[in-house]
Amino acid sequence: MDKVTNSIKRNILITRLKSFFLPFIILISVLLTQKIVAQEVVIADNSAAVQAGKKLFNANCAACHKLNKRAVGPALKGVSAKYDKEWLYTWIKNSTAMVKSGDAQAVAIYEEYNGSVMTSFPQLSNLDIDNILAYTDYIPPAPVATVKAVGSSTSQMSGAGVSNTLILIALSLVFAILVTMLFLVQRTLMRIAKLSGVDITPQVKPKRTPIWLAFVQNQFLVMTSVILLLLSSAYFVYGFFMQVGVDQGYMPVQPIHYSHEIHAGANQIECKYCHSSARVSKHSGIPSLNVCMNCHQNIAEYNGEEDLENGYTKDFYTKEIKKLYAAVGWDEENQRYTGETEPVKWVRIHNLPDFVYFNHAQHVEVGEITCQKCHGPVEEMEIMYQYSPLTMGWCINCHRETNVKVESNEYYLKIHEALSKKYGVEKLTVAQMGGLECGKCHY
Amino acid sequence: MASNKTYWKNLDQLDSNNVDLKKLEENEFVSKLPEDFLSDEKALEKSITSRRDFLKYVGFSTAAATLAACEGPVIKSVPYVVQPEQIRPGVPNYYATTIADGFDFGSILIKTREGRPIKVESNPDAPTLGCANARVHASILSLYDTLRLKGPQANGKDVSWDNFYLQTEAMLKALAASNKEIILLMPTLPSPTSQKIITDFISKYPNIRPVVYDTISSDAALNSFEKYYGKRALADYDFSKAKTIVSIDADFLGDWQGGGYEAGYAVSRIPNQNHGKAEMSQHFQFESNMSLTGANADYRIPCTPADQKNILAYIHDRLIGNITGQLSENLKSNADKAIAALKKSGSKGVLVSGIEDEIAQAIVLAINSHLDSEAFIPESPKLTRQGNTKEVLEAFKAIKAGTVGGLISVGVNPVFSSSNGSELEKAIKELEFSLSFTSKINETAEVSQFIAATPHYLESWGDYEFKPGHFALAQPTIRPLFDTQQFQDVLLRLAGKSSKFYDQIKAHWNESILGSSSWNKALHDGYFSNETPQEEIIPDFTKLNIKALKTANSDGMSLVLYSKTGMGDGQQANNPWLQEFPDPITRISWDNYLTISISDAKALGLKNINTANGALNGSYASVTVGTQTLKIPVLVQPGQAIGTVGLSFGYGKRMGLKDEMQTGVNAYKFYRGFEKVQNVSINLDDGEHEFACVQLHNTLMGRGDIIKETTLEIFNTKDKAYWNVMPQVSKNHIEFDVTSPEVDMWQEFDRSIGHHFNLSIDLNSCTGCGACVIACHAENNVPVVGKREVRKSRDMHWLRIDRYYSSDSTFEGDNETKDSISGIGDSLNTFGEMEQAAANPQVAFQPVMCQHCNHAPCETVCPVAATSHGRQGQNHMAYNRCVGTRYCANNCPYKVRRFNWFLYNKNDEFDYHMNNDLGRMVLNPDVVVRSRGVMEKCSMCIQMTQKTILDAKLKGEHITDGSFQTACSNACDSGAMVFGDLNDKKSKVAALHNDNRMYHLLESVGTKPNVMYQVKVRNTDEV
Repeated sequence: MDKVTNSIKRNILITRLKSFFLPFIILISVLLTQKIVAQEVVIADNSAAVQAGKKLFNANCAACHKLNKRAVGPALKGVSAKYDKEWLYTWIKNSTAMVKSGDAQAVAIYEEYNGSVMTSFPQLSNLDIDNILAYTDYIPPAPVATVKAVGSSTSQMSGAGVSNTLILIALSLVFAILVTMLFLVQRTLMRIAKLSGVDITPQVKPKRTPIWLAFVQNQFLVMTSVILLLLSSAYFVYGFFMQVGVDQGYMPVQPIHYSHEIHAGANQIECKYCHSSARVSKHSGIPSLNVCMNCHQNIAEYNGEEDLENGYTKDFYTKEIKKLYAAVGWDEENQRYTGETEPVKWVRIHNLPDFVYFNHAQHVEVGEITCQKCHGPVEEMEIMYQYSPLTMGWCINCHRETNVKVESNEYYLKIHEALSKKYGVEKLTVAQMGGLECGKCHY
Repeated sequence: MASNKTYWKNLDQLDSNNVDLKKLEENEFVSKLPEDFLSDEKALEKSITSRRDFLKYVGFSTAAATLAACEGPVIKSVPYVVQPEQIRPGVPNYYATTIADGFDFGSILIKTREGRPIKVESNPDAPTLGCANARVHASILSLYDTLRLKGPQANGKDVSWDNFYLQTEAMLKALAASNKEIILLMPTLPSPTSQKIITDFISKYPNIRPVVYDTISSDAALNSFEKYYGKRALADYDFSKAKTIVSIDADFLGDWQGGGYEAGYAVSRIPNQNHGKAEMSQHFQFESNMSLTGANADYRIPCTPADQKNILAYIHDRLIGNITGQLSENLKSNADKAIAALKKSGSKGVLVSGIEDEIAQAIVLAINSHLDSEAFIPESPKLTRQGNTKEVLEAFKAIKAGTVGGLISVGVNPVFSSSNGSELEKAIKELEFSLSFTSKINETAEVSQFIAATPHYLESWGDYEFKPGHFALAQPTIRPLFDTQQFQDVLLRLAGKSSKFYDQIKAHWNESILGSSSWNKALHDGYFSNETPQEEIIPDFTKLNIKALKTANSDGMSLVLYSKTGMGDGQQANNPWLQEFPDPITRISWDNYLTISISDAKALGLKNINTANGALNGSYASVTVGTQTLKIPVLVQPGQAIGTVGLSFGYGKRMGLKDEMQTGVNAYKFYRGFEKVQNVSINLDDGEHEFACVQLHNTLMGRGDIIKETTLEIFNTKDKAYWNVMPQVSKNHIEFDVTSPEVDMWQEFDRSIGHHFNLSIDLNSCTGCGACVIACHAENNVPVVGKREVRKSRDMHWLRIDRYYSSDSTFEGDNETKDSISGIGDSLNTFGEMEQAAANPQVAFQPVMCQHCNHAPCETVCPVAATSHGRQGQNHMAYNRCVGTRYCANNCPYKVRRFNWFLYNKNDEFDYHMNNDLGRMVLNPDVVVRSRGVMEKCSMCIQMTQKTILDAKLKGEHITDGSFQTACSNACDSGAMVFGDLNDKKSKVAALHNDNRMYHLLESVGTKPNVMYQVKVRNTDEV
């Protein structure tokens, strides 16, 4: 919990400071964009074919091919040098036929990739293929510009880190000036007083009973405060015991640093894409690793935003993806499964006691409650934590307040009608449907 | 006014010089309190810890423990690496498979969760043997038996399968070369593909002789049927078509000829309206032991085995022949009654017999054939018993003589289950080659050179033919837990074939069984029927010589061996569910015993005593059959025929069993020549045996509001008010029904909306088979407590089946006796007498679980509101809220609440399945495992009703009748238990609620239960 609030506070602080340094940042980014624009212009200048090729590549080829790296299919950088252009036309348009016809090169590549068939692209014209090849052959020029761009971006990124110390120094300087000023002002005032002959020796006050003695002597006050003290300590003791076993904010370190922020937030992957059993089962289910590989077979490295402050660099995330590959037994080099697996032992965050029966399908599918209602803003969680207290009081409160989704569900048809009549209301809460009964959750 | 008087309490006080006393007066305590108890260790050792110190220690350690416990454990969650498509965590999968262990056969469904089987259910769609008995329900726990073999063994050492094959193949080849015979001893295996594999195996090793060995033999019936119908099989019966059932020592509700008849029987037992008159079957039972079947009969006539043969001959003579048979007066009147009923019913009559005699069995066939009985189905006989006693005895003789080279035993244990096991044991040791296929170490495997570890049936493939054209498939529901291989796979490998058993089954089915049907569908369904009309065989009974029926003289005592509902032939003796399962008749768990009639017991000085805490003790008897003498505890059994004693198979096993399960005596030692009837001599022996009996009061003592019963005649002729009396209560001198709102002190719940669950139990069709008890165990994680605890009445069964005897010859007689009591003196005497059951009592079964009262007495007394009422009619029990005052149990009129006296899981004191990881795999993840100090009880399977409701909500559907089930109603093949929603006016249970036969248990208490019973109707003439 503390960690969370701290990080929130820190964010607020950073935003405030950022607004202070906003002009600088704007300046830097303006410079930077100019550089990038310059680079883009270079490409455009180089060839319109490369631009068109890039589009086509991303639309048709990128699912299986990468430029510099072997994926499902071979790396395509400089592919036109390896094969005859005419051969490539035929291959791309219908590779299967080529393999069948026994073309030596075709068969060789077919066998190298364990007989996986390349999709045929009869819709691509020769010109399209030329464009794609232009893109794959294209070597981005001007390494100098790139270096500069990288350099400036680093300075921007680290700007936030430097600014903290800078601000501190500036602040302490301001304080020092203020203190000196105060001291100087006081000295001047003293001098003026001295000069004008004002007596500045402090007056001797008549002796009074110290306040603590007065307090001790007043029995009423003592009694009241003792009672107050006892009551307040009882309140805190009660509070302490009531939170025993409540793990709100529980944020354990997981074997793989999996960021919900990146997956559910930045990439907007639907919760139930991975936690699919929440639709049908009592368990939401931790996705099996083959579900991860649906995407990560192609996403081998992280290219998104970084959080340098916490050390979440691109490298860091890429390493976590490698952990997944090790667990699922994916040989990146040869793009195949080795069969040597090592199941991941996640630390369970939401632990309900055995004597509670909770069903995800009931809430998510039938009740159409969003996952966030109980699990909080998961799409903003870099590290997953327990958002809700998961206490019985918390469950019951929700059951009291939430209306049951009865619309267009045949099951509720008659029951809803009868109950509405009984309670004289149109909407029915879970509690009115019997959702507060002990045996509904405890058996 | 104050006074100056000095009060003294000791004379010394008056002596002012007494220094000691003065000192004592000044000090509060006689001796100084140790103050430095924590700082000075020596002082601590010397000092006697005072009460204060003790409190300090307790306080300190409690605080420390509390603080230490604040930290929660870190729980790991490990998902699949590659999740199988059909498995979704939290959602059960069902697979259809087949059990065929040589004794129990049936098509069943297996419920699996996350890949582990957790429950057995009947396969209601299967046309043949689609019902599971208590043993089949419990067989799931045998899968998770820690004592199962983990891999093959050679000469007592663990070996690899490769090594095993190398050695056994060499031995087989050597023996084949020297042409020494090898006996292949197998149980009944009606598996087409296995038979093919065995044939192939024998063609490779022609020196192998297959012998089919049924541990408990049905040889006489098989021989007889073979002789007259040309097929080694057993005639099938459909009791649902019968109007008159005459059974001569056939326990067809038990294990007679493979069992599985209760469903059909139950159908005929429900009084159905036919032209304004209710009709039901009439059942006569002539038997010596009190069997489950006898307990359900309308007329039960105890008689000795010799008399049974006479009765059979007499009935035959009266029905077919012209000769007048001779019979003693008492038996004659009953036999005449049965004959009259058979004659009246014509083709709706049927006669069955369990007499192990070829001629007797032939008479049965002749009578049924003569009656042209509709219930008798010889054209589609059962193939689930194939044993050939003659061949088995010859094989044993050859083994003992050493004329054979080797023995391969497959899933059978002749050293344990034959009368001369010790001789066999010695002989097997001497054999050149011995190989035992078994999933658990047993007496035969122990002396065999090679042990091939076989998987449990739930890990195996298999195909079976229960009846000609009625096929069943078995498929694995879990990967083999251990390094085991199926017997068929081993044979294939030894025969030099590369294919597996699964491939063979599939190929064979596609070739010669399925025709154009789909293999996948057959596998999905678990069964396949391809019945071709059989040519009707008209057997010729003219040569049947009744005179040849050997009637042994009835001098001396006869021992009648039988198999118990729970233990069967004893294959699953290491199953704690079955060990703790109370026998339906005797209500004793964890034991077998010698059942003896009341008068014989008296004559021999054998006694049953209730000890101070109510537990049951019994004398020991030394029982001698031939040369064998065993010391056996005695149970005095009402209804046991005079001159006979009974003893059940399946107990007394020692090998491959945990210490706790090594109970009872081995009755197979008396099973000489596979004859279930033996001459016996019995003497009183020393000592007393401690039984674990769950029902200590045997008679109903005329309490008609517990079990209501009537006769068919009264049921047909009189009003409901006469035979199903509603108790009355007087208010302002006006009589009201107890259920009337006029006299109700409780606020009524509104149950008109939503579901209102009710369970109906028909006492007419409940046979007491106990499948529901085990199903409840499996579904609700009910713990096993062990013999010692059951003896203290701490059994945990949520569902019990009470068995009542009448103390008069009928329950009706009991009522009259009770009503005619006058005065206190008379009542004391009479009630004392009524506690004794009659020599041949009427019997009634009544399953009792939490009655889910609408006005529940338990709810009002719970100080912490741990038990409360649900709108759907279920009485809820929140275990986490319970503090264990047990007020509820004390206030429950039905005594259905169970208290956890101990922690029954992960506790070495209770070393049953919940004490090891393997055994815990059977636990139902939807139901919590209760801890110590918590009250528990039947929840009306709320996890199942909630699941049904959720499924309907997910699909957006209205719930149809029959969707709601409980574990017990689901397991009830006889249809006695019907569960459903009372608010669904078209439901079966709503109809039963309005039935004239409906009553509630102890209606007079006014608890308004949600469990109802249907009045038992007996088809007897007596009023």
